[in-house]
Amino acid sequence: MKGTFGRLVRIFLSYGVRILSLLLAVSIIAFVLVSASPIDPVQQYLIRLGTTVSPEQRTEIEAYWGVHQPPVQRYLHWLSELLKGNLGESSLYRRPVSDLIRERFLNSLTLMLCAWALSGVIGFFGGCVMGMCRDRLPDRILKRICYILSSVPTFWLGLIFLLVFSVRLKWFPIGFSSPVGVLSESVTLWQKTHHLILPALTLSLMSFSNIALHTRQKLIDVLNSEYVLFARARGENDWTILRRHGLRNILFPALTLQFASFAELFGGSVMAENVFSYPGLGSAVSAAGLNGDLPLLLGITLFSTLFVCVGNLIANLLYGVIDPRVREVGES
Amino acid sequence: MKKHNRRTRALLLALLTAALLLTIYLLGHLIQENAVTGSFLTARQPPSFAHPFGTDALGRDLLLRTVKGLSVSMTVGSAASVISAVIAVFVGIASAIGSRWVDSLINWVIDLVMGVPHTILIILISFALGRGLKGLLIGIAATHWCSLARLIRGEVLQLRSQQYVAVSRKLGKSSGWILIHHLLPHLVPQFFVGLVLMFPHAILHEASISFLGFGLPPEQSAIGIILSESMRYLSIGMWWSAVLPGATLVLIVLLIDRLGEHLRTILDPSSAQE
Repeated sequence: MKGTFGRLVRIFLSYGVRILSLLLAVSIIAFVLVSASPIDPVQQYLIRLGTTVSPEQRTEIEAYWGVHQPPVQRYLHWLSELLKGNLGESSLYRRPVSDLIRERFLNSLTLMLCAWALSGVIGFFGGCVMGMCRDRLPDRILKRICYILSSVPTFWLGLIFLLVFSVRLKWFPIGFSSPVGVLSESVTLWQKTHHLILPALTLSLMSFSNIALHTRQKLIDVLNSEYVLFARARGENDWTILRRHGLRNILFPALTLQFASFAELFGGSVMAENVFSYPGLGSAVSAAGLNGDLPLLLGITLFSTLFVCVGNLIANLLYGVIDPRVREVGES
Repeated sequence: MKKHNRRTRALLLALLTAALLLTIYLLGHLIQENAVTGSFLTARQPPSFAHPFGTDALGRDLLLRTVKGLSVSMTVGSAASVISAVIAVFVGIASAIGSRWVDSLINWVIDLVMGVPHTILIILISFALGRGLKGLLIGIAATHWCSLARLIRGEVLQLRSQQYVAVSRKLGKSSGWILIHHLLPHLVPQFFVGLVLMFPHAILHEASISFLGFGLPPEQSAIGIILSESMRYLSIGMWWSAVLPGATLVLIVLLIDRLGEHLRTILDPSSAQE
């Protein structure tokens, strides 16, 4: 056990350093990209302001924003404020970016968590069915569905769902995370869930095929092994073989894959949130990009990197620490 | 079809698919931008014999716009995947035959690119280049090389441990000679299959980013733009403007995916006898 604990600490430390170096690099790259942009944030801000601004006032705003400082100085200033926990103020929403991210991330997290769990369960189950019925009709049908789903763009699937379930059948509302014109305190849990179902379903169908096909392949590998042949010779039926030999071999790879897919999940949620006008990080990032809201764009980029890194960290921990085979190899 | 074996069949199907894709591509180029202008007299018509995909809110024929958009998507997709695949080959080889620190540096860069969600990274790059075709192209090219580079690295590492490479080295051949005569020929199928399999991803990303508004300018015909316009008219029942262009895109992506599979069957020596 002591060895395991020591390994855990070492993994945490090395990943901590790695994540920090990645975050630092992302912050530099994102800052350079944003600074190199020909899109003038001051101009965008003034356009949104709607009123005419005299040249003197414009100069004042520019001086306040530090537009004319050299980029390195601006970056260092931004970084030092970032380390103090100040991400700046969003020029689009006129609120501190950290508050905005916290609030939006809760919405996004609910959406992503539902989709993630749903796609994991359906995908794993579908993969098991495909693996057990290899090359028979259920396998062929499910495999075809998986291939087609992985060729469908998320936002189009979302549009189709909107069209069928919201416009035609009127089962679900068209957008937003709660009814329009109702105070946020009086929104019931059911109303929130009601607004969440379609985006979550769209998002989960996108990542479903990956996990299903992976599980199918793993299960087929297991079923071709000699210990399964022996089990079959002992007279175990399909269900017992799946329960005793299949599940424990395929569950961890599937879980690892699921944690390692946070990047696609986040990317998919950007699309889903835009289709369903769901107020999460994804719709905020595209709004920030379209309106030249640099602090928000940078903040969300960093935050999404952190999110993906945490997912990868968990995947690696699962892979290296919990799976006894990998653990033993690592220790010896 | 019975008298042909699997490879011949794959070759025929691949040629057929490629011809079909090329036709759509050329058709899209033949359509002039001014042929797509419509009038308000023909606006918002459901699919009919004259307009098989219906017309949009400005009266433009959606079939023409879709085909034109597909050819734009295919241009962006193919250019981005070629750039990406070339990057992947260089990076993969450098990572496999370079010194240890080159390898760990490349691994770190791959971690970096994979660490930022692709959609966000493409948005950033497109923002940096002022939201246009160029930004879209570079963004997609810069994000898609990672997995192919890893694949090629593994392949080169495996090839380098082969005996004939060791013999060649003992015979006094230089690393450059070994690279050109022993390694590159093996990487050609990997390169082409990887390229074709990258193509659908690139097209899907192109459509997604255009849909968000970071790609082509809104007056152009691109699938993402058509679909993002259609979103405004969903609630008044213009189903055709969302369903048909999107379905065509899915069809094209599936076709390209099949093309990749066929190419794999043809180029992979281990399936030669099947």
